[in-house]
Amino acid sequence: MELTGAEILVRSLKEEGVKHLFGYPGGAVLHIYDALYQQEDIKHVLVRHEQAATHAADGYARSTGKAGVALVTSGPGATNAVTGIATAFMDSIPMVVITGQVFTNMIGNDAFQEVDSIGITRPCVKHNFLVKDVADLAETIKKAFYIATTGRPGPVVIDLPKDVTAAKAEFNYPKEISMRSYSPVVEGHMGQIKRAVTMMLSAQRPIFYTGGGVVLGRGAAELTELVQQLNYPVTNTLMGLGAYPATDKQFLGMLGMHGTYEANMTMHHCDVLIAIGARFDDRVTGNIEKFCPHAKIIHVDIDPSSISKNVKVDVPIVGSVTNVLQEMIAMLKEGDKKPDEQALGEWWKQITEWRGADCLKYDTESGKVKPQQVVEALYRETNGDAYVTSDVGQHQMWAAQYYKFDKPYRWINSGGLGTMGFGLPAAMGVQFAHPDATVACVTGEGSIQMCIQELSTCLQYGLPIKIVALNNRYLGMVRQWQEFFYDGRYAMSYMDALPDFVKLAESYGHVGMRIDNPADVDGAMEEAMKLKDRLVFMDFVTDSEENVYPMIPAGAGLNEMILV
Amino acid sequence: MENETGALSRVAGLFSARGYNIESLTVAPTEDPSLSRMTVVTSGSEEIIEQITKQLNKLIDVVKLVNLSEDEHIEREMALIKVKAVGEAREEYKRLADIFNGRIIDVTEASYTIELTDSGDKIVEFIAAINADQIIEIVRSGVSGIARGEKSLHA
Ligand SMILES: Cc1cc2nc3c(=O)[nH]c(=O)nc-3n(C[C@H](O)[C@H](O)[C@H](O)COP(=O)(O)OP(=O)(O)OC[C@H]3O[C@@H](n4cnc5c(N)ncnc54)[C@H](O)[C@@H]3O)c2cc1C
Ligand SMILES: Cc1ncc(C[n+]2csc(CCOP(=O)(O)OP(=O)(O)O)c2C)c(N)n1
Ligand SMILES: [Mg+2]
Repeated sequence: MELTGAEILVRSLKEEGVKHLFGYPGGAVLHIYDALYQQEDIKHVLVRHEQAATHAADGYARSTGKAGVALVTSGPGATNAVTGIATAFMDSIPMVVITGQVFTNMIGNDAFQEVDSIGITRPCVKHNFLVKDVADLAETIKKAFYIATTGRPGPVVIDLPKDVTAAKAEFNYPKEISMRSYSPVVEGHMGQIKRAVTMMLSAQRPIFYTGGGVVLGRGAAELTELVQQLNYPVTNTLMGLGAYPATDKQFLGMLGMHGTYEANMTMHHCDVLIAIGARFDDRVTGNIEKFCPHAKIIHVDIDPSSISKNVKVDVPIVGSVTNVLQEMIAMLKEGDKKPDEQALGEWWKQITEWRGADCLKYDTESGKVKPQQVVEALYRETNGDAYVTSDVGQHQMWAAQYYKFDKPYRWINSGGLGTMGFGLPAAMGVQFAHPDATVACVTGEGSIQMCIQELSTCLQYGLPIKIVALNNRYLGMVRQWQEFFYDGRYAMSYMDALPDFVKLAESYGHVGMRIDNPADVDGAMEEAMKLKDRLVFMDFVTDSEENVYPMIPAGAGLNEMILV
Repeated sequence: MENETGALSRVAGLFSARGYNIESLTVAPTEDPSLSRMTVVTSGSEEIIEQITKQLNKLIDVVKLVNLSEDEHIEREMALIKVKAVGEAREEYKRLADIFNGRIIDVTEASYTIELTDSGDKIVEFIAAINADQIIEIVRSGVSGIARGEKSLHA
């Protein structure tokens, strides 16, 4: 039977197992909305701004490992979605975004609500497609999901002209797809893996530096096994948090600009660095010239272009984390060589000393609500088992430092692009994927205002998200830099004319709370968590001058941190 | 690469977005109409060339990539050079064209258009041999390259 393009799209999404679609209607996608209206398998979630549709799809993906899907109209719908697409691109998140487009014969005519969506999104997608013939539609959708979810994941845009959604074709959804121009490597080179294992075993001062790739590649169990088999220390990037249990004694915390003293010192002094699914970002390496001066480096990554991009490595291994880690584990079990116990003992002794600096301690006597205290209360009150999304700024760093993630997929934040406004819509996506779980959004009074309109979406769908606003009345991360590097000239970083967030939450139909006394933090958190089916906006009036420590200033090495 | 609309702009966009040099770029369909072949001439340190290679390979439309300069290969570029040609210069340009294996393909009372197909270096040499103020216009095609011997992109 012949179906319209719109029907083919909906049927194809079903074939891909899509349950939720985050979107916003408009002229170019009306046929698609009509097809959605006439079925019940896919739930369409109406956001209040297209940026939120992409962030929600992204949050859905980050918390499940499956591709998130968004649908927006042509022109302004597509341009509003770009920030979310770029956010997903920078963090390698699998996502399929369908953008409406003007009629094929109008393309290029400056037609109403026309933009060159393919051109605009090209630099921030893994791939994009303009579908000009309805006969190609099903296969294109298959390709889009295949590309988005395999290899190094990423967002894929399908630009769909309105006439194509009305035209008819036979519907045959391909079972399998293979593309001559795209076949990601999964299995690592055995010779290289062997070299890596030998190098790992010869280490006197080893460390595992692992990142988002372990989460994306579902390699957390293998990583944990390997690290524990060897009894080596391990640190995670911001994107890798949860890939190794944070409460385990071998875990040193996050590394990098706002990483712990012990993680950064251990990195700096190591002799063998085992990097897995991490991309040597400049927030992690600090000054490249000073990065791990004594280290031989092993690097496992599925994307060859991540390897030796910023830092030249000694043993490159292209392959998926799961596969390569399994091989390493097996090789270690078979071989009879063991790590150098004595050297390792010395190394742990040194690390314990660094840990003694207690770099995350903070003033608990100030009489002010400390942001760190709030995150610790959140951790306790949720038994460390919540899904935590965040926005961008100081609060993001505090969430990363003080919430101890033991499982992957629990920590949802924008690391690569650093997109303020991400937190709330991402939390919506997470809550749809995990309706019974506790989902908290740690945010700032600046960031939350960038997608505040989504409080309305949350009411419509009854999403009981717990918003933890660390309200310091400042664009705090900006203020911190101005305090440190611009002699305290706080240009445009004071957030004046703030709304009353309690009333604001209430006017959207939610529960609002203001907490300005440190003694009330725990109680408020407990009360909020008890409101299981309500969204609660907790406005914590925090110490406005608090800074994120440790911090590595620009140009410094990992051993040159500013401590409290 | 796949002969798709947009494939060219993906390559061009990659070079500009990542700040790589493009000295020249040529593209045309191959014996298989679903594929087109592109020759890019670029320059950079070993690390940069490695990144360029990896980034190009990552583009979904790129089917196969070889670095021709790693092996023996042939480069050819065509140039059309229009020069002022009056008096003695007419003989002189004819001789020069002969020496470089060029052909005069268009003649007027005051001008010649010379076609030259050779490596980029030879074309530069030829142009250098002509007095700059005698040149009316130059069009260069950009370099196309192919491996020497039986080797091909297919194998
Ligand atoms: C305000 C702010 C402060 C920040 N401060 C810090 C900081 O102090 N410390 C810090 O670490 N970050 C910090 N970041 C984040 C930083 O910008 C980067 O986003 C982050 O460091 C990158 O993490 P990653 O290396 O794990 O790479 P990701 O971006 O997560 O990339 C994953 C890597 O794994 C690879 N990969 C994907 N799938 C697989 C697979 N299946 N198998 C193998 N490999 C795979 C990919 O190819 C890629 O190379 C900060 C961000 C912000 C906004
Ligand atoms: C969309 C966007 N614009 C600007 C920035 C730059 N920026 C990074 S952190 C920050 C301040 C965030 O303020 P707030 O949300 O209040 O968080 P705080 O740092 O105070 O915890 C700004 C402006 C950004 N990351 N994203
Ligand atoms: Mg703030």
